[in-house]
Amino acid sequence: MILRFAFALPWLAAMAAYAAQPFRPEPLKSGLEFSGAEVRALYQDDFSSPAMLWTTRGEKLWNEPAGAAGKSCASCHQDARTGMKGVSVKYPKVDPGTARLTNIEGRINQCRTQHQQTEPLRYESDELLALTAYVGLQSRGQTVSAVIDAQNRRNFERGRDIFYTRQGQMNLACTHCHDRNFGRKLLNDTISQGHGNPYPAYRLEWQTMGSLHRRLRACFFGVRAEMPPAGSQELLDLELFLAWRSQGLKVETPGVRK
Amino acid sequence: MMARLPLGARVTPATRVCMALAAATLAAAAGCVATGGVSYTLADGEIREPLTAGNPDAERGRKVLVSREANCILCHAVPETGERFFGNLAPPLSGIGRRLTAAQMRARIADPLAFNRESIMPAYYRVEGLNRVAENLRGKPVLSAAQIEDVIAYLQTLQ
Ligand code: HEC
Ligand code: HEC
Repeated sequence: MILRFAFALPWLAAMAAYAAQPFRPEPLKSGLEFSGAEVRALYQDDFSSPAMLWTTRGEKLWNEPAGAAGKSCASCHQDARTGMKGVSVKYPKVDPGTARLTNIEGRINQCRTQHQQTEPLRYESDELLALTAYVGLQSRGQTVSAVIDAQNRRNFERGRDIFYTRQGQMNLACTHCHDRNFGRKLLNDTISQGHGNPYPAYRLEWQTMGSLHRRLRACFFGVRAEMPPAGSQELLDLELFLAWRSQGLKVETPGVRK
Repeated sequence: MMARLPLGARVTPATRVCMALAAATLAAAAGCVATGGVSYTLADGEIREPLTAGNPDAERGRKVLVSREANCILCHAVPETGERFFGNLAPPLSGIGRRLTAAQMRARIADPLAFNRESIMPAYYRVEGLNRVAENLRGKPVLSAAQIEDVIAYLQTLQ
């Protein structure tokens, strides 16, 4: 028994090191650096950025009373520019009430059902994108700093495992493109390091705003794999792993991408 | 992460043909695949037998190569195709007809992981050992045997 345990030790140590510190691209680069001049110019000028239409809408929704409670977001959180500053850099995180991993979209919907007493917003609806982008905007330029702890470690590990597992008919894992081949061309797209820091983002290809989960689903589709639904546990776990992986990058919400 | 050969695969008529072929090559490292209608023997870096009988056609092969279905140019530059955009995740295929024989090309297209366990090139003739394949594609190889033979015919013209 003791002998067995002794054999297991180096392996355990290696696993622990892996769990604590999987590979991270060095230096970290935002997808904006791989996006080309046209996209960068759109992003850098708030007056030309199409994403700003959603934050303007988000600001309006923030102040509008909704639901049976007749409260707006502002009724509880006051001015988002102060109340929501720096909030999104810690997401996704475990909600103390439900003990579940929650992203900004989930948190907004929880406020809607619990505090405003109204229906949750549909994932990918303009309203949810607008509010998520508006909350995210209050952390723009701040550093992504999701924390991995005992509460979310299992989520982190599951997200990490998805990132490294080959899948789909193309038999590729996230790591094959975003760790080993960033900067290279996949037909006419330059592959980035695959960070979530600009989302929700306006994608020229979509001609609209989209959530991080929509972008992730596009990558699953690309490798011809089953696509987990937006808001699913798998995508939340992956979102947490991506947040950890991009610790140190600046939030760009609402971003612009090709 | 994934088993390369279908361990414990049921013995089907295709498997038996495959085993007979493997025995015939007398190669110690012969790998034999026979599942989901996909069957071939890979030994010494080659698949000697065409995947199907028929008349492969280079022009059809060119069209397959640049199609969305095969998407070879997602990763490889092949300027001879007349396309404008190519990826650069993989070596250009210009001159590949001088470097590889048809049997070698067949093996590299059917099962790139046999050459490099870490390869990012999809196996175009495999239905085993894949994970979470989209439902409408499950159990189907990326390309049919005839399409792969056409692609090989085209690649051989790249001198
Ligand atoms: C075959 C290559 C490939 C694979 C495999 C792949 N992606 Fe992507 N991914 C891309 C391309 C191309 C883009 C668009 C260009 C870019 O931003 O990188 C992209 C974009 C992204 C983005 C948006 C980055 C930004 O700045 O807008 C994220 C996040 C991402 N991928 C994560 C993932 C995850 C997680 C997986 C695995 C589930 C994955 N990708 C699998 C090719 C791939
Ligand atoms: C997602 C990337 C990707 C796709 C798609 C892809 N390949 Fe490849 N291919 C590679 C890589 C990378 C190599 C280099 C060897 C290795 O790492 O497996 C390679 C190697 C090859 C070779 C050997 C080249 C040499 O110089 O020896 C041939 C032939 C080949 N590919 C043909 C094809 C054909 C034909 C298709 C489409 C039917 C295709 N490839 C699709 C990535 C790809």
